[in-house]
Amino acid sequence: MIDIKILDQTLDTDYCRSFVTHPSAGGIVVFVGTVRDQTQGKPVQKLEFEAFESMAIKEMAKIAEAIQEKWDAIHVAIHHRVGTLDISDIAVIIAVSTPHRKAAFEACQYAIDTLKETVPIWKKEFFDDGEVWVAAHP
Amino acid sequence: MKIKLVAYGVARDIINQKTIDFELSGSTVSDLRQALFAQYPEFEKLNSMRFAVNDMYKEEDELIQAEDEVILIPPVSGG
Repeated sequence: MIDIKILDQTLDTDYCRSFVTHPSAGGIVVFVGTVRDQTQGKPVQKLEFEAFESMAIKEMAKIAEAIQEKWDAIHVAIHHRVGTLDISDIAVIIAVSTPHRKAAFEACQYAIDTLKETVPIWKKEFFDDGEVWVAAHP
Repeated sequence: MKIKLVAYGVARDIINQKTIDFELSGSTVSDLRQALFAQYPEFEKLNSMRFAVNDMYKEEDELIQAEDEVILIPPVSGG
């Protein structure tokens, strides 16, 4: 099964881990992406995420389907936050269960790397002296 | 032909609004890119700009239809 969500409230790691739990799973890897307090030494006050939601859901589902196919993942949950986030808040959770642990690690790595390339979600960092859309400019 | 553009992230800042009606003389994504960048040179400074229709990325040689809603997708930064 696949569970894809974009939420404007606190993400739930326990929910994602439970969702992917299965009797044939030998391993579950849960990646939790959190808001860091600085970017290249510059203190970050907060973040804002916005999503083009209908397409973001579809792109996240494509990632989950690819994982099921390539790594024989049993269940996959991908939840992404939108709205305003403070330091240490959870921005993204990716949970994957597979029969053997190696595949779960690899699948999780693939999922977060691909999400950062393809899913139409944008992050804005707020500093003391201004705000920046992350990765927009060289 | 007339199309509708919907902008997110820094693209919205560049065109200074979320949606605009855009008069496109060509018919491909590439034509749209040229016309858009000519009108808003700030787009040249971005790391990338992609376009989507019906929730799917469109390649440069793909066609845009009249009345399409084209989503402007500047460099994504989720996760």
